[in-house]
Amino acid sequence: MIESYLPIFIQIGIAILLGLLLSGLGIFIGVKRRTKQKLTSYESGLEPVGAAKHRVSVKYYLVAMLFIIFDIEVIFMYPWAVSFRELGVSGLIPMLTFGLLLLAGYYYILRKGGLEWD
Amino acid sequence: MHIELNHYLWLSAFMFTVGVIGVLVRRNAIVIFMCVELMLNAVNLSFVAFSHFLSDIQGQMMVFFVMTVAAAEAAVGLAIVISLFRNRQTVNIDEINLLKG
Amino acid sequence: MALHDLLLALPITFATLWTILLIVVEATAKRAQLTFSLTSVGFLILITMMLFPSEQGYAFGEMLRLSPYSQFANFVFALSGLLVITLSQSYLAKENIHFGEYYIIVFIATLGMMLMASAAHMVVLFIGLEIMSIALYVLAGIMRKDLRANEAAMKYFLLGAFSSGFFLYGISLIYGATGEMTLFKIGIYLQENSATSLFWIGLSLMMVGFLFKISAVPFHQWTPDVYEGSPTPSTALMSTASKAAAFTALITVVLNVSSQTENNSNWIFALSTIAVLTMVVGNIAALSQDNLKRMLAFSSIAHAGYMLVGIVAGSDAGYSAVLYYALVYSLMNIGAFGVIALIEQQRELTSASDYAGLFKEKPLLAGVMALFMLSLTGIPPFGGFIGKYKLFAAAVESGLSWLAVVGVLASAVSAYYYLRVVVFMFMREPQAENQFEGVVLNPTLVLIALLVFLLGIFPTGMLRFAGEAMKFAFNM
Repeated sequence: MIESYLPIFIQIGIAILLGLLLSGLGIFIGVKRRTKQKLTSYESGLEPVGAAKHRVSVKYYLVAMLFIIFDIEVIFMYPWAVSFRELGVSGLIPMLTFGLLLLAGYYYILRKGGLEWD
Repeated sequence: MHIELNHYLWLSAFMFTVGVIGVLVRRNAIVIFMCVELMLNAVNLSFVAFSHFLSDIQGQMMVFFVMTVAAAEAAVGLAIVISLFRNRQTVNIDEINLLKG
Repeated sequence: MALHDLLLALPITFATLWTILLIVVEATAKRAQLTFSLTSVGFLILITMMLFPSEQGYAFGEMLRLSPYSQFANFVFALSGLLVITLSQSYLAKENIHFGEYYIIVFIATLGMMLMASAAHMVVLFIGLEIMSIALYVLAGIMRKDLRANEAAMKYFLLGAFSSGFFLYGISLIYGATGEMTLFKIGIYLQENSATSLFWIGLSLMMVGFLFKISAVPFHQWTPDVYEGSPTPSTALMSTASKAAAFTALITVVLNVSSQTENNSNWIFALSTIAVLTMVVGNIAALSQDNLKRMLAFSSIAHAGYMLVGIVAGSDAGYSAVLYYALVYSLMNIGAFGVIALIEQQRELTSASDYAGLFKEKPLLAGVMALFMLSLTGIPPFGGFIGKYKLFAAAVESGLSWLAVVGVLASAVSAYYYLRVVVFMFMREPQAENQFEGVVLNPTLVLIALLVFLLGIFPTGMLRFAGEAMKFAFNM
């Protein structure tokens, strides 16, 4: 059982070694000129602004939490998706009810301004 | 090496213990909460392992519910942490000591 | 999901649909007063539903078990919910937290409790427990601007989540040991096979979860802090209905594993040790508390100990005594917290000595509070006495007389701190003129007092209901 994965492990090993080797060669052989231009992020990257540990607006957390809640509800769709042909209408009705319950929550958030940024 | 039920159970027990120790020794509320999540996921692992080795679907069904409950708990927990942080500017539970036990 | 299931589980179906209605109404109208009225109507319909005998049996593929047992428990939860929200209104308005959501969350917590009492499957048990607990975390922290409420909510949340971890691990191991998650199938398996150590570890872990929720020693440290910091009406719900729900779920589990626990000396020894510790530690710690909310928190630990005596007894008499006590205890404790909330919202007075002279200024309020204190002590002719008597009698019947003796001694200790409040109210002079000006008696408190009194004078009717609940609880 475990032996059959051997080629994959070998391949992963070679990939890691090759990656380390090539970046190592670059560090040792390459020529270094530490000018200011060179040390900034390269052309298409973003200019670094401010410290990394700055405060994030609390609205972000609100949206993030709402996302978690609604996102996780999707896992109840998986069992249904796997067997919805066999379940037929008797599976559809509970899922519709479930959707309606979620909709009530969504309506509440919308009316209470949970998704407004300003 | 053949993976048996016991291996999963020991791994799950180990993860659960790490979570419990984390809750008991860490002082940052967020980290404590992460340790609680680790405990729940350790239990999920044991549910799935039992479910597989018993050839019974109920264990996997339980995991779905545990995950949803954990998400709901996370939402409420983080809201509590944020309201605390706005008033106290800290999430360290050693500094949160108005109520004396 | 056939129509038959929905009708069989009517209380739960109704509560779920009503919750959705409340959410939609609150979102549309945004009027706390309207949400309050609708929530009260919901509770009233639930209570009425519980008064009529209904069909019993399993619903939703052996997920829910509807029986006189769940009916009695649901009655207790709905009644507590109704009383708590009527006592909350003026408190919330004074503290500037009069949100309609408060009432919805109380209703959702009650729905969770109802699921716990009707559970026939571990999934429902767990979901019910979590619906209740998560709603209670929100109720504890609903005063967002208050530092102590924040802190209480945080402690309650972290320890609650921690304990659900143990509870869940227990379920997992029991599932592994028996291969079943439906409670009665676990029961059948255990009758035919002997329990493995895996099962015992699982049951112990589950018990840890339960003991956290009912705040039994040694898992009680969070209780005083959380009860003190939370808004007083939320505390009333936390200390009564949520404990009652945990006890009903505990009875469900214990009954289904009774083939292993009956006459098992280890089990009886462990549980009676915890019961004794809970009674003794709760009462002794309450002696030295001056803050009334902390005092009632420790006394609620002690009351959990008395109820554990009924569980240790392990007979139908013991379980029905627990049910009856849950009802009486819920009433009298909600009443006591209601009085505290009433005075707290006007004057910020929280210690027993602050209540000096209450009788002179507000005789009726003092009388009501005294009635709750006497009933909590267990003095006849109030409901608390009958409840305690039934619990200890069940212990004696099961040959655990020593446990009953410890219980009676512990109650004697409790008389000191309960009666101290009464002495302050009736026999001391007020600390200042017009100390209690503006405190208006809520008629709900008089109703609760009347119920506690009636349960003491004419207990037979309710006792019969509790007894029948146990008789028909699990004979299917």
